[in-house]
Order: sequence, then structure tokens, then C-alpha cells
Amino acid sequence: MSTVLNAKIPAGALRDKWDNYKADAKLVNPNNKRKFKVIVVGTGLAGASAAATLAELGYQVDAFTFHDSARRAHSIAAQGGINAAKNYQGDGDSINRLFVDTIKGGDFRSREGNVHRLAQVSVDIIDQMVAQGVPFAREYGGMLDNRSFGGAQVSRTFYARGQTGQQLLLGAYQQLSRQIGLGGVRLFNRTELVDIVVIDGRCSGIVVRDLLTGEITSHAAHAVVMATGGYGNVYFLSTNAMNCNVTAAWRAHRRGAMFANPCYTQIHPTCIPQSDESQSKLTLMSESLRNDGRVWVPKNADDSRSAEQIPESERDYYLERLYPSYGNLAPRDISSRAAKRLVDKGHGVGPLKNGVNLDFSAAIARLGRDVVEERYGNLFQMYERIAGEDPYSTPMRIYPATHYTMGGLWVDYELGTTVPGLYAAGEANFSDHGANRLGASALMQGLADGYFVLPYTISNGLAPLLNKPAPTTDHPAFVQAETEARERFNAYLNVKGTRSPDWFHRELGKIIWDYCGMERTQQGLEKALSELPALYSEFKKDLRVTGTGESVNQTLEKAGRVDDFFQLGMLMCRDALDRQESCGAHFRSEYQTDEGEALRNDENFCHVSAYKWTGDPMAAELNKEQLVYETAHLATRSYK
Amino acid sequence: MNQLTNLKLKVWRQTGPEAEGHFETHTVEKVSDEASFLEMLDQLNERLISDGKEAVVFDHDCREGICGTCSLMINGRAHGPQRATTTCQLHMRTFKSGDEIVIEPWRAAAFPVIKDLMVDRSSFDRIVEAGGFITAPTGGAPDANLILVPKPVADAAMDSAACIGCGACVAACPNGAANLFAGAKISHLNVLPQGQSERYKRAEAMVHAMDDQFGSCTNHGECSAACPKEISLDVIAMMNSDFRKSKSKNRKALSRG
Repeated sequence: MSTVLNAKIPAGALRDKWDNYKADAKLVNPNNKRKFKVIVVGTGLAGASAAATLAELGYQVDAFTFHDSARRAHSIAAQGGINAAKNYQGDGDSINRLFVDTIKGGDFRSREGNVHRLAQVSVDIIDQMVAQGVPFAREYGGMLDNRSFGGAQVSRTFYARGQTGQQLLLGAYQQLSRQIGLGGVRLFNRTELVDIVVIDGRCSGIVVRDLLTGEITSHAAHAVVMATGGYGNVYFLSTNAMNCNVTAAWRAHRRGAMFANPCYTQIHPTCIPQSDESQSKLTLMSESLRNDGRVWVPKNADDSRSAEQIPESERDYYLERLYPSYGNLAPRDISSRAAKRLVDKGHGVGPLKNGVNLDFSAAIARLGRDVVEERYGNLFQMYERIAGEDPYSTPMRIYPATHYTMGGLWVDYELGTTVPGLYAAGEANFSDHGANRLGASALMQGLADGYFVLPYTISNGLAPLLNKPAPTTDHPAFVQAETEARERFNAYLNVKGTRSPDWFHRELGKIIWDYCGMERTQQGLEKALSELPALYSEFKKDLRVTGTGESVNQTLEKAGRVDDFFQLGMLMCRDALDRQESCGAHFRSEYQTDEGEALRNDENFCHVSAYKWTGDPMAAELNKEQLVYETAHLATRSYK
Repeated sequence: MNQLTNLKLKVWRQTGPEAEGHFETHTVEKVSDEASFLEMLDQLNERLISDGKEAVVFDHDCREGICGTCSLMINGRAHGPQRATTTCQLHMRTFKSGDEIVIEPWRAAAFPVIKDLMVDRSSFDRIVEAGGFITAPTGGAPDANLILVPKPVADAAMDSAACIGCGACVAACPNGAANLFAGAKISHLNVLPQGQSERYKRAEAMVHAMDDQFGSCTNHGECSAACPKEISLDVIAMMNSDFRKSKSKNRKALSRG
């Protein structure tokens, strides 16, 4: 039986909804806040900003990270920037324009109310981060500088060289550190979530594993926030950090939190192509490079000359040709597919012919090397380190790679999952980016959720619980969850098969990439859905984890994460098969226009697909949340 | 793409914080020169697992030189032989066939070994918790363009803020001092207009937290040479200057208050 999903969108005109919500939300008196404990899992942008802010308000906060320090979360790797509708450039930006760009960029598969709120609070984020001392790029007069990103015709992206994610995360980390020093937050580092506990229908806490000792313990709380990032590592090769995983979100899913739109995964157009079979991860080159770099391939597929030797007339600047009004700044999904098609047709460059050129020679001629170095110096250096070539003299070679996942835990307007008391923030939730995220919007969403949304919605959720007893960790549900977790990790150690977790992860990744990657077909997805359960049962029979469960064992950690990736992978393919349309990053070859662009089916698929755990990921229960567009007009995206 | 052959690895193994460690020798028969150093270790670990042995524990995450999780002393140098490069960005093209490569954890009293090549760097977090922030609770910030920051000042702040907190500076220092790390954070915040209110309080608190845990600086400069982000020694000068001034300024501030 399917559940009715209530997104709890407040009443009123779109621009008034958030103000109306805040005006009506219940508050907790400052003296009573200390009676509530909130657990925040993950210390990236969303988690660190939420934990710091909730502690400032007076709640008792316990924060958990599997990293050695809160400063290491993968938000740190975001390069290009953060969007905000400040209109500091006077180029026609506004909250409404950021809202429309985000809805359109997401190919009309996101929720209007959430997206509008995101655009509204974007301006507060920049104020907050500047106050924290984030060294954003400045004009000579001292005002903030901006640049452009894909899918926008205004310059609204704030940046700190090519290290914007690092600087924002350090800002949030420092704010969190202050609270740790003051005793407002207790930080549990090198500690991984292994289960959540639901008692009488409400999330009552979590079960964690100490990665240094293997010890499994319980933590009770009045509310739990999952700020645990995305699941792009299901593909094995992605731009995610090696330890990014879906386990926290997936364990929440298994305890009743619905998982929404798992098939919406973003393939970023500008990454360094794979160089050999042993490669462990792919490296992203910021989209900001497309401000000044021109993308091209040789017109002649058999052209084996080096880039400098190919004359202008024999180059195909295909993004400028196909999408003249956006050119090299076409959105990510569109740019990625265009690159894939040309490489598939044999126009690829590099030793493996698996990339396209991103050429800065025109920019260097126009602006001078110094300006280019000032804007992108650290990115050029990173490229040179990895590829062994100098991008000042020869074009970068780039190719699309998995980067970000729009899908995630289903949340309502309050960022509450379908389990009361359990919230999801940042990339871990599904809410704001629809079927495709615009560049520089992930940092914006993570900080919006953590700084400016959760502190209000959590108070509203906690106020009615004042002075009511809450379950403690001696409750049988905690004890049972701990036992199950111990048994699960012991089981991995006891298979004693022949293949490492990494071997299975790589095989899993190949299937998901081939059939549920940049282009999907019914036939391919059906094939994946027949191969995945077979590989998964081999995993359970033939896994080998060496070492013990009583000290640091990265092989054992990995086994648990790969187990959950398998189950997620099946759900992803099921969702991609079910969604018989192309929208944003979800491209089903059967559904495309004559020009090869995504063809939506608004009549049948203008909904969020939210899956409920039934015990078998192949048989998850599909629930639909209809998307209603009152302000934006459903239209075919055009970037021509 | 070329293959390197017959690499001799001497890898530090240590079962726990209290255990005695030792070097373990492994031969890597073949590895692509396109592989990163950590991918070479991944391959070694795959082989160890397939031989039924425990994989070598090492810290790593982003593998693009920004998270600061990876470490390793490689042939006695923090993050290996290449200048301004983290271990994860180091590629095997830097080495040649037949090389002997000695791989150790960071060696510093303030970074105790947890297991094999993994160390505990939470002493860095303690320094930041003591004062490495600007007190600006969520909600009350003025419009961002009300705080003008001249471009050279923003650039100088960014140069210091580029620190990734990896700990190479401490590992390279003969005294195990953390002056480059603490100096970088102090310089980042103390040059900005937003950081002025707490400038001297910050310098004093962070230096004390640093001194409680780390060795003393004797101006060798090894830290800056080993730093993958090339943080300048100037940050230490600024820290020392602000720390010295804090001893009078903080007292004055207290007497007013």
C-alpha cells in the first residue's frame, strides 16, 4: 500500500511561504533548549553549519564523523564557487531569477517551495561566510568579485580562487570548533554510523562503530540529522573522495526513511580522463574553467596531430556550435552528453582517445598568462600534477565523470524524512536540484540547509516534546540494533572467500556505469537488474576480509560500505527503468527529441519517486509525490 | 604509458599505539607510471588480501590534494620528493624501476601512531578550538559588501588559508613544532578586518594550545619546504609578533573590562 507523501509546503504566495513558515513555527525557550539533544551525522558544509548553529542556540549537540577531523569532509574539494542572488554585479540577478534558473536547470523535477527558499537564503549565506572570515575573491576597491557558471546568464558565483569548498568548509569547521571548545558540541571523530534506531515510529538515536577499536555503541537523541553526503561512489570511479559512501543514508532507508529519485546522478563534464585500469578515482576540473576555456574536438575523427598543429578551421567547438546562447557554459548534463557522443564517434583526443580538449590559448592571448594564472592557477597545477602536461601550453583533456547525486533521502519542506525526528540535509537529501544540479549550487544548498533551514524546522519539531520522556540507550531497540550491527561486521570477517571488497566494488561500478550512467536504455537496465543480484550473492559468498574487527581495519569498513552500495545500485536501476522519460541527468535513449535532447513526459512523470524499504531492494515500494508548478511554467529546456 | 618494475618497498607496520613497530619489505613487480603513489599502495594491499594478510593501514580520502588526510614520509621526506605535492598527487612517474622506497608514518610526539602508517592529528584541532575562528554566530551578519577587504589583503589571507592541515610541517620539523600550521591560521584571520576584534586574544590562546602539545620552533624552515601548499615562513613571524603584542594588549583589554 502506498503512503501519501505530504511535503508540508506552507500556504501563501511562493515568495511568502518561508516567512509564513517562520512566523508560524513553534519555538523552544532558550532555557529549555539545553534539555534537548540533537545528533548531527557528518561534518561537511551541511553538518558542520547545522551542528555549530544548533549549539549556538543552546541545544546539546553530538556530532559524528568517520574522518579524523571535521575539516576533512568532501565539501572541501568543491572548487568553483557558491551561487547567491546578491546582484552585486547589477546584471539583472534576483531571487526570482536564481529560483527560475534552478528549477529550469533541474529540468522541472524539483519542488518549487524548497527551491524558492534556497534562492531566498542564498544571500544570507554570503553575509554569514564573510563574517566568518572566508577570503572570497575581491575587486581592488574591496568589494566582492563574482564569476559565471553553467546554466546562468548572470555572474552570481562567489569564489575563493579554485578552493571555494575548502574555504567555506574551513569557515563552518572553525565555527564548529569554537562550539567544541566551549563545550556546546561533543565531536566523535573516526566514528561511523552503522544503524539508526526507531522507537514507536520516531527516530530515537543512532548506533555507531568506533573505527579505531571496532566497538559498537548507541547514542540517544531527540532529533537526528543526516548530513552524510551523496552516493556517487556506487560507480566505483567518481570524483568523490575514496571514503564517501551511502551507508548512513541507506541504513536510515532500511529503517523506514524513503529514498527519493535514486536514478538522478550527475555526470560532471570536466574531469581528467581515466589513464589506466588501476585508477582509483577521477579528478574534477572546476566548471569555472569553462568561463575562459573553449571546448573542442578535431573535426576529423582520425586526426592524430597534437592540438597546436590542428588549424582553427579543422576544429569543432561543438558547444558553441550547438548551444550558441550559452556556448561553453551550457549546463552539465547537456555538456556531458555532447562530449560522450563525440568521443563515441571517434573524435576523442589523448592516448586513449577518451577526452575532449579544453583550450585556454584564446584566453591567454586575450587576458595574458598572469590573469589566467590568477583565476585558475591552482587548478592548472592540479592538472599538471595528475596528467603530467602543462595546460598553459597544451589544452587540458577532459571527460565526464560521476560527480554529484541529486537523489537521496526524501524530505519534506522541513527537511524531515518519512521517519519523524530524522532529518536529512545537504547532498544526502533529494530536495532542491531536481534531475540536474547547476554548478556552484551544492555549496549553497549545504549551507542553506545547515545554517538557515534546520535551526528553524528542528525547533518546530522539538517544541511539542518538551518535558516528555525520551527513550534511552538501554531500550531493547538499541540493544537489538547493536547486536545486529556486531553480527553484520562479524559476518563479513567470516565469509573467508577469495575476493576483496574493492574487487566487488569495481565490478559493481562497471555494471552501474555501463547501464545506469550517462545514457540508459530499457534493455541495459534490465540486464543490470539481472546481473546485480548475481554479483551481490557472490559478494556474500566469496568476500574476503583479512584482519580482525578489534582494531583499525579499512578492509572491513569497505566491506560494509560496498554491501550497502549493492543494494542502492539495484534501487537506482529499478528507478531508472521505471522513469520512462528523459529529464536532466537521467537520459533514456528511447526518449529524446530529433536533436538528441532530453524528452520529458510531464503527463506521467512530473513526480518524485520515493521508495520504501520492504526487505528487498529489488522489490522496494514506489510512492509518488506529484510536483505542482504554480509559478514556474513547465517548458522544454533550451540553451540554444 | 610505461611500466615500472621491481620496486622494493620498506613499509612501516605497527599493530597499535603501544606496539613496537618494524619495517616490512615488499616487492612490487610491476606498476604503471600513470598510477598515483597511493594507487600503488592499493595494489599492494589487494595482493596482501589475496595472500590472506592484513592490508597496510594508511589515511587517505580525496586523492586530489585538498582534504589533507593523506600523509606518509617517503624516503625520509614528508609527502615524498616532489615539491608542493601531497602524497595522493604524487605519481609513480617520479620514480624509476628498481628504486627502494621507504614508507613511514609522520614521526612526531604530538602525532602518535594509531596503526601502521596512520597517526592521530587531533592535536591540530585542539589549536583551532582554542581560538582559530572568528566569533560570528549564525544570523547576525551584516551585508557582505559592508565589510570592504582590499584585494591584496584578501589575497594574503587566502595564501595562509590554503593550509590543508595535513601535518607535513610538524613531521618535517626536527623539533616537531606546529608553528607553520598555527601561524597560517592566525595570519589568515588576523589580517582580515573581520578578525580584528579577537586578534590578540586569538594569537595568545592558539600559541598556548600549540605550546602545550608541540615542540618549539628554532627557525629551521623545514616546515615551509615540506608544505604541499607552500605556506610561507612569514606566517610564523606574524604569529610571533601578534603573540608578543598580546601580552600587553590583552592585559590592557582585561583591565578595562
